[in-house]
Amino acid sequence: MQLPAKNKTCVIVGASHAGANCAMELRKQGWEGAIVLMDADENLPYHRPPLSKAYLSLAEGGELNPLFAAERYEEENITLALGITVTGADATTKTLELSNGTSLKYDALVLATGASAFVPPITGISNSKNVQVLRSSKDALAIQAGFKNAKNKNVVVIGGGYIGLETAASLQKLGGQVTILEREERILTRVAPMELAHFFQELHSKNGVTVKTAVSAKKITQTEAGLLVLGTDENVYEADLVLIGVGVRPNVALAEQLGVALENGIKVNEHLQTSVPQIYAIGDVAQFHHPTYNRWMRLESVQNAVDQAKVVAANITGIPTTYNALPWFWSDQFHIKLQMVGLSHGYTDLVIRTEQEKEDCFSIWYFKDDSLLAVDAVNNGKAFVLGTKFIKNNTVVDKEKLADASIPFKPNILIKSTTNVDKS
Amino acid sequence: MAKITYITKEGESLVFEASSGSLMELAVKNKVPGIDGDCGGVCSCATCHVHVAPAYYEKLEAPSEIEADMLEFDDNVNEYSRLCCQIPVSDAVDGITVEVAN
Repeated sequence: MQLPAKNKTCVIVGASHAGANCAMELRKQGWEGAIVLMDADENLPYHRPPLSKAYLSLAEGGELNPLFAAERYEEENITLALGITVTGADATTKTLELSNGTSLKYDALVLATGASAFVPPITGISNSKNVQVLRSSKDALAIQAGFKNAKNKNVVVIGGGYIGLETAASLQKLGGQVTILEREERILTRVAPMELAHFFQELHSKNGVTVKTAVSAKKITQTEAGLLVLGTDENVYEADLVLIGVGVRPNVALAEQLGVALENGIKVNEHLQTSVPQIYAIGDVAQFHHPTYNRWMRLESVQNAVDQAKVVAANITGIPTTYNALPWFWSDQFHIKLQMVGLSHGYTDLVIRTEQEKEDCFSIWYFKDDSLLAVDAVNNGKAFVLGTKFIKNNTVVDKEKLADASIPFKPNILIKSTTNVDKS
Repeated sequence: MAKITYITKEGESLVFEASSGSLMELAVKNKVPGIDGDCGGVCSCATCHVHVAPAYYEKLEAPSEIEADMLEFDDNVNEYSRLCCQIPVSDAVDGITVEVAN
């Protein structure tokens, strides 16, 4: 192993889950040079998932949950450059110009620039106050403040994806009257099958959220009293606060400036290297080819950010490593914990197992022929943990037994005796 | 201030003190190997599995249903298994010893 000289510098742009973990992992894996971790956000890098969940369930304020304590950065000799943006970049001289007027040379550059919420061009949206997205702590604080000051606590959420649903659950719990407008025929179209979407739609309805599918917002009007959202169903929805959750766009401006190849984000190879030498990309912004699933993808998840951080740190430190991690994800809404492992894309059949003794406890198992691709576990940590193991071990599962909830949920019962299936 | 002892997979004892947070947060802060806490402490990822010294296990509040479910099929589970993001640091756990499970 050839460690780089001590006078080299690795600059990481973006200090959320991917960037902050990358800095820590570089040290862990033996990078001896300088590490600069930058972000436009002034806060010590923090966990993002709670922003739509536990954090937003508080009436006001609340402490951010730091990814690492401030002392850790000092101990690891990581320079934090927070509240700073890159204003110029040149890949030939390997130089970044910063918003504080200084410039910074890099030997390795990691783009962990993440993604921004997409704001659709709805008529009147730019003239309306209290229309929010949710990506950062600043967004969460603005939503809290907007909700606190709201007279009628009417909230319209545009988009029935995870951010929209989690925000709806959090604000409904705080006493809001939330309406979700979803453009498609059902919620979670991009990310969950019909069965799961149906369950979450029911969950929200039962908890008092109004879910309108096949309805988009076509106009937002600011009035003295608040906002009026005109739907494509010609209904007018009154709102004190509108939350936009219709997906994200990868932040590629800096990559573009550096001449890095783009394709639905920043295109990287199996070592998470971009098309330009010494420049890498990780996390929400990186479009990579996943060897197991044999397709290109961009994953917006904590798991992907953390696991890519480890792989990129190894590659920068001189230990060639390929990214091939098993995706997992979670969501908390009302009393429900959803945990997902694997990717269900391309499944040929699924098994739904509903546990008999517990309410709202089930799991959806996705197969491509005999091969288990993914598991969605609802209030069912057992299914999540066991599904993870089965997928990792290429275990062949007995689908009939799995589907029969009267048969105990035990690995030795569910594993088929023949596990040697030709997966080619 | 509570004193917490972590025993790593290599058998090394690491002792830290804290007055707030969880046993997972204290471990991450101090780089205890094998405790990652990727989900930030919301019992979603099972990357903070420990075995609690029996004398202390009984003193802790019983695990929630979701925690018990996550542990049931996890590697190296035993009757003293806990996800340490669910164990708050307090005087009640002063002197506790936990062994990293994975």
